[in-house]
Amino acid sequence: MPEPLSVRQSLIVRTSPERAFSVFTERIGDWWRLADMHIGEQPPITAIVEPRVGGRWFERAADGTECPWGHVRVWEPPHRLVLSWEISADWRPDPTATSEVEVRFAAEDGATRIDFEHRGIESLTLRDQLAGGWPGLLQAFAKTTTDEE
Amino acid sequence: MTNAVAAITALADPTRRKIFERIAAHPSAVGALADGLPVSRPAVSQHLRVLKDAGLVDDEAQGTRRIYRVRQEGLADVRAYLDQFWDQSLAAFRDLAESEDA
Repeated sequence: MPEPLSVRQSLIVRTSPERAFSVFTERIGDWWRLADMHIGEQPPITAIVEPRVGGRWFERAADGTECPWGHVRVWEPPHRLVLSWEISADWRPDPTATSEVEVRFAAEDGATRIDFEHRGIESLTLRDQLAGGWPGLLQAFAKTTTDEE
Repeated sequence: MTNAVAAITALADPTRRKIFERIAAHPSAVGALADGLPVSRPAVSQHLRVLKDAGLVDDEAQGTRRIYRVRQEGLADVRAYLDQFWDQSLAAFRDLAESEDA
């Protein structure tokens, strides 16, 4: 029963798989909500996915400081991308975390169908729970909830 | 969100996470779980109590044993949080991919 331990989403993007894949990876610094969702001490100015298996994906602050998010596990442009998610539930680097994100891009009726899965979410932990609570998850959740209203 | 916090806190312990993953793969009794792990049976029972208190597993009497299985609702709040996070992020990605300057 892997199903309950994943988050899945599907969407149609009106562009080609090639362009969808390249925007997802090369332009992640432009679409990722960096202001809300970052793990470094300093707010990042961009995010980067290195285009190869074993490459890193990470955020970079204005002073050049990099904060790792994980690694590229599968790099099959323009069809499939798997990234490890080495981030705790309170948005801190966690190299022991074992969840991963898979994105599939398929041509469909002149557009691209994206099938997204974040699996292994039972391994998301709170890095700082012993050091003083679990503010990140709750704050992030409250923020996204508020933003929606 | 208290459920999500309880669930995540319970799963922060690596042994407990391993026990949870085994139960997720196969509903199991305490003895079977202890046999497969370098942990004593009382320790496994202790971990199971924490998982049960966090709403992640349920148990059911089967003869003289109690069989533990994953509660489908246990990780619901964690999933809801991530689902919302990805929903908004992927929408932003789609907007950029469909825009002229992508």
